[in-house]
Amino acid sequence: MKHLTEYRDGALVRRVLDDITRESTRPAVLMEVCGGQTHSFVRSGLDRMLPETITLVHGPGCPVCVTPLEVVDRALALARRPEVIFTSFGDMLRVPGTDGDLFSVRAAGGDVRVVYSPLDAVTIAAENPDREVVFFAIGFETTAPANAMSVAEAKRQGLPNYSVLVSHACVPGAMRAILGDSHNRVQAFLAAGHVCAVMGYHEYPPIAREFEVPIVVTGFEPVDLAHGVLTAVRQLESGRAEVENAYGRVVSEVGNVEAQVLINEVFELGDRVWRGIGMIPASGLHLRDAYRDFDACARFDVGAVHSEESARCIAGEILQGRRKPTDCAAFGTECTPENPLGATMVSSEGACAAYYRYERGPVCAGRVP
Amino acid sequence: MSDTARSPDRTCPLPLPHHDRIVLGHGSGGRLTADLVDRLFKPRLENPVLREGDDAAVVPAGALAESGEVALSTDAHIVRPLFFPGGDIGRLSICGTVNDLAMVGARPAWIAAAFIIEEGFATEDLDRIVRSAAAAAREAGVTVIAGDTKVAERGAVDGLFITTTGVGLVPTGRRSARANRVEPGDAVLVSGPLGDHGIAVLAARGDLALQTTIESDTAPLNGLVEALYASGAAVHALRDPTRGGAAAALNELAGASGVCVVIEEERVPVRREVAAACEILGFDPLHVANEGRLLAFVPEADVDRTLAAFHAQPYGAAACRIGRVEATPAGRVLLETGIGGTRIVDMPSGELLPRIC
Repeated sequence: MKHLTEYRDGALVRRVLDDITRESTRPAVLMEVCGGQTHSFVRSGLDRMLPETITLVHGPGCPVCVTPLEVVDRALALARRPEVIFTSFGDMLRVPGTDGDLFSVRAAGGDVRVVYSPLDAVTIAAENPDREVVFFAIGFETTAPANAMSVAEAKRQGLPNYSVLVSHACVPGAMRAILGDSHNRVQAFLAAGHVCAVMGYHEYPPIAREFEVPIVVTGFEPVDLAHGVLTAVRQLESGRAEVENAYGRVVSEVGNVEAQVLINEVFELGDRVWRGIGMIPASGLHLRDAYRDFDACARFDVGAVHSEESARCIAGEILQGRRKPTDCAAFGTECTPENPLGATMVSSEGACAAYYRYERGPVCAGRVP
Repeated sequence: MSDTARSPDRTCPLPLPHHDRIVLGHGSGGRLTADLVDRLFKPRLENPVLREGDDAAVVPAGALAESGEVALSTDAHIVRPLFFPGGDIGRLSICGTVNDLAMVGARPAWIAAAFIIEEGFATEDLDRIVRSAAAAAREAGVTVIAGDTKVAERGAVDGLFITTTGVGLVPTGRRSARANRVEPGDAVLVSGPLGDHGIAVLAARGDLALQTTIESDTAPLNGLVEALYASGAAVHALRDPTRGGAAAALNELAGASGVCVVIEEERVPVRREVAAACEILGFDPLHVANEGRLLAFVPEADVDRTLAAFHAQPYGAAACRIGRVEATPAGRVLLETGIGGTRIVDMPSGELLPRIC
């Protein structure tokens, strides 16, 4: 905890905020890529302590939010099968599909289990040879190594009853898609520190150059976030567009090479559909041919899945930084964590959930009148 | 009266029922049921009213007539695992109802308990649980005067469920503490560190590979409440932040009283281990359950005497002030964060789920 409290030091945050306020002379739109950063901003109140020149928009880095509805529907279909033990990170259980969520499948008798590590799912498969164990392998580059390891481990153990429903996303492709869009407002990125801890940041200089945007690798605690904002503001103010690492205590340029080797062993880069955004080239991970046997979609015929998004949900625009959660007419009324229209209201990393939980309505206390 | 002086520990030389596992017959109402009640439940929970064996417990009305108000509370207890560091379902079931009664300012007096047991449950475990419940009742000074036992088929119950119903008496002249009596200008106090129970139980489930030394805080809080009233403080509201944690309790009170509760993050006591577990799992300590803590709302002027009263009690030694009450925005709970920002504290939504990354 010591290494966390140091980075939550109020006095230090205020000093950095003073620097930001002094040095920021023109309006700037910054996007924090990761949903964990969004929550940290909103939860600490830091977003509302920034000077008015700075607008934060919230990026697509929430794995639950960008998992396509079709994939969620496929998960529900798999979880309903009597021979299947469906295993998932807890976050996915509340995500609404077209027709219910994994919680409702469990309530209706489906064997849905929360695991904390994909290797736990492999253990369940080994312990239940007469059942089929499916793991919902979702996430960004952060969860990819562990998910890849589970597949490699199942192969090593020769487990015929383990498979994965894969929906992996990669950040650089999404950053390109956002910057390349004609409606783009993002002028600088706070890159996701934990993704960079795995992948390094050698993929970013070409993006910074091509689109002329500063990219600052940023951590998750208030001091880290404030430092990331300041670094980005300094670049914008001086007309630079470089990749800088403001999370040096965790991230190196090359990243975790061993983890990258594991990802590449099991997965390959390919096109991917992002919920609310659409197809983005080279932005997803798919099982390589050598591991195709572990693809749950190939193993089970779940039939035709008919998916239907809520027409009133603007999550796609929020995930690309075009609009804010509070711009949505359904926010906090029709759409709440208990009755979500879209995944951004459900996930612990979703931008709408962050706004709902931490800054819905007035957040200024009044003394007795 | 000599009966009441008999210690329960000295009244149970009887061997346990002959079966080492509970069978359906133990809930049939016949001889096996009588055997279980006579050999296991009655000796542990020993008191004259229970011993009468009537269909309903009969108590003198005098105590009721002498009280200003009567409080009644009921609670169903489901916990996995049944035994966890710092407690078990038996202690939990007594403390839960004792605390609910104490939170309105009542003195818990009587408890009725129903045990719904899964077929095949180990009799020895049941014995441990009933002993633990009895010990908690003695500690709280309440008597279990009525009970029921049912046995459900294997798989129909997860081991053991206990429901407890309690009656408490608010002494004449005492103004009961109520959810809608919080006032702007009140201070918010908590009797000890938050989140111990939730994290202890989660860790005890074993599927987190989380090793902690955290023990549940499960405890009867009526002593703390009596000490608070004895201090002369004007008690506006009390709440034990159980399921849903402090966040849910504070929101309920803010809503019921139409006030704004402001909590200062840096003052909220959370053990280092609990804070670390919450960081790993992505939980907010304010959302994590407690079973032996209370939140107290008293006027600013009574803060010192309240803290002095709490600190003299075993379950209030670490009590502290965590916030204040303001008029607006009504119905809201706000948190002043460690870095000087402000955010709302929302009710937790559904089950606490560990995050992905």
